[in-house]
Amino acid sequence: MTEMMIDRITRLGGFVLTSIAGIGHASMMFFTVIKRSLGIFKRFRLVTDQVFFLGNYSFVIIAVSGLFVGFVLGLQGYYTLNRYGSEQALGLLVALSLTRELGPVVTALLFAGRAGTSLTAEIGLMKAGEQLSAMEMMAVDPVARVIAPRFWAGVIAMPILAAIFSAVGIIGGYLVGVPLIGVDAGAFWSQMQGGVDVLKDVGNGVIKSMVFGVAVTFIALYQGYESKPTPEGVSLATTRTVVVSSLAVLALDFLLTAVMFST
Amino acid sequence: MPTPNTDILATLENVTFSYAPQARNILEGLNMSFKKGKLTAVMGGSGCGKTTVLRLLGGQVVANTGQVTFEGENVGQLDNQGLIRIRRKMGMLFQFGALFTDMSVFENVAFPLREHTPLDEASITDLVMLKLNAVGLRNARDLMPSQISGGMARRVAFARAVALDPPLIMYDEPFAGLDPIALGVTARLIKEMNEALGSTSILVTHDVPETFEIADYVYFIANGKIAAEGTPEELRQSEDLFVRQFIDAQPDGPVTFHYPGKSLREDFGLRGGVHD
Repeated sequence: MTEMMIDRITRLGGFVLTSIAGIGHASMMFFTVIKRSLGIFKRFRLVTDQVFFLGNYSFVIIAVSGLFVGFVLGLQGYYTLNRYGSEQALGLLVALSLTRELGPVVTALLFAGRAGTSLTAEIGLMKAGEQLSAMEMMAVDPVARVIAPRFWAGVIAMPILAAIFSAVGIIGGYLVGVPLIGVDAGAFWSQMQGGVDVLKDVGNGVIKSMVFGVAVTFIALYQGYESKPTPEGVSLATTRTVVVSSLAVLALDFLLTAVMFST
Repeated sequence: MPTPNTDILATLENVTFSYAPQARNILEGLNMSFKKGKLTAVMGGSGCGKTTVLRLLGGQVVANTGQVTFEGENVGQLDNQGLIRIRRKMGMLFQFGALFTDMSVFENVAFPLREHTPLDEASITDLVMLKLNAVGLRNARDLMPSQISGGMARRVAFARAVALDPPLIMYDEPFAGLDPIALGVTARLIKEMNEALGSTSILVTHDVPETFEIADYVYFIANGKIAAEGTPEELRQSEDLFVRQFIDAQPDGPVTFHYPGKSLREDFGLRGGVHD
């Protein structure tokens, strides 16, 4: 009995220690990426290429999802607001939901699934094929040449994609609310214009999506860079990217919302 | 401090190495030196630590004890900048080529030139075409790595490794999995590069005939130590059991074919009279 207890406590201790060591290792890697990012501003082409690549990857899925989320928001918003006779506020509800929450969060989750996994697999396969090793032996730092441009590309691409998501979502909400249900178009747009604050709502949404961009892209790159250089290792790392970055996005969203919209 | 021997480019002195603290030592008290301008071969069975020797020289792994030197500098103590500085003087051919899969053949060979030289596009094109011509793949320049065979990928990697004409070129199993024609061509290329560039070459391999044909000096590694060393001629005459087993490709000798463990008799429940 005592032995079993001791065994459990030891295992718990081991788990805590490995987790803390893991976080420490990831943080060191994060600062290494930041530190070695200076060089990429001299060759910004490496970043823009990746922005194009990642953006293209996720554009269709982001736009289509945005449209449907907008449709659903239009319907649900109308049903609820209609009960209180305030369906005029539909535009405001759709716009606030999208810019404050759904735009950044859903974009980040989709980005993790689409671009994040492909980043992890790409880096993991480069490692498995000794490409990173080869680069190192050619006196080229793989963190500066491969990881840093992809990291900044993700950070840049995310707010743009989130903006596209929100914009398409608002169009979706409009299509369902105005032509389909018959909410007054003037009320739809003017309530939105009057109620959405550029800094507080849109600005905070942009900050959120930048934070998610940092988190998701870094997690994807880190998982690829630290994956075991085998087919199993790469597939495991890809799965972990989706799980870890989705959880990180949701947890960060709660924290950011608490800080940003408390007053 | 002893004056550094100017004939020697790189050394391993009493090097012990293991990949993890509890793992077995791959190298134990290994001593080697690589002379400038010579083609030195490092031979031994699979998993004996040959590739590790190259990784130690490039500073990708650090010796547990002992020291690795390159041009008189202790590689294990160099920081990131120091490693980048010495690696600029090295070219390495990886076992499976390690070509960048998102770049064409041309771009792969151009990569070190673009990263390390201020050359304009015209000069880079000329240099890349020269190197690709040397390996017979000038006309494959626009292909992607996924469109070429393993042997061709190795030749592209070869061109990339020598793109900057480095003083030290390291080859990791350049002959593995090549057909006889490609094998002969590769062996000749290695020798020609060594002579034409005057660079020092380290060849890690287990192909005896080709290596003995081109190497100036040969080290045999077994059990983490040097089992034998000498010029190919000396080794051919050697009576050492290990060297004989390796050169004559004998299944029995100091190197056992079977993974250590239970005997055949125990595993099959036999009472005797059967070889094990």
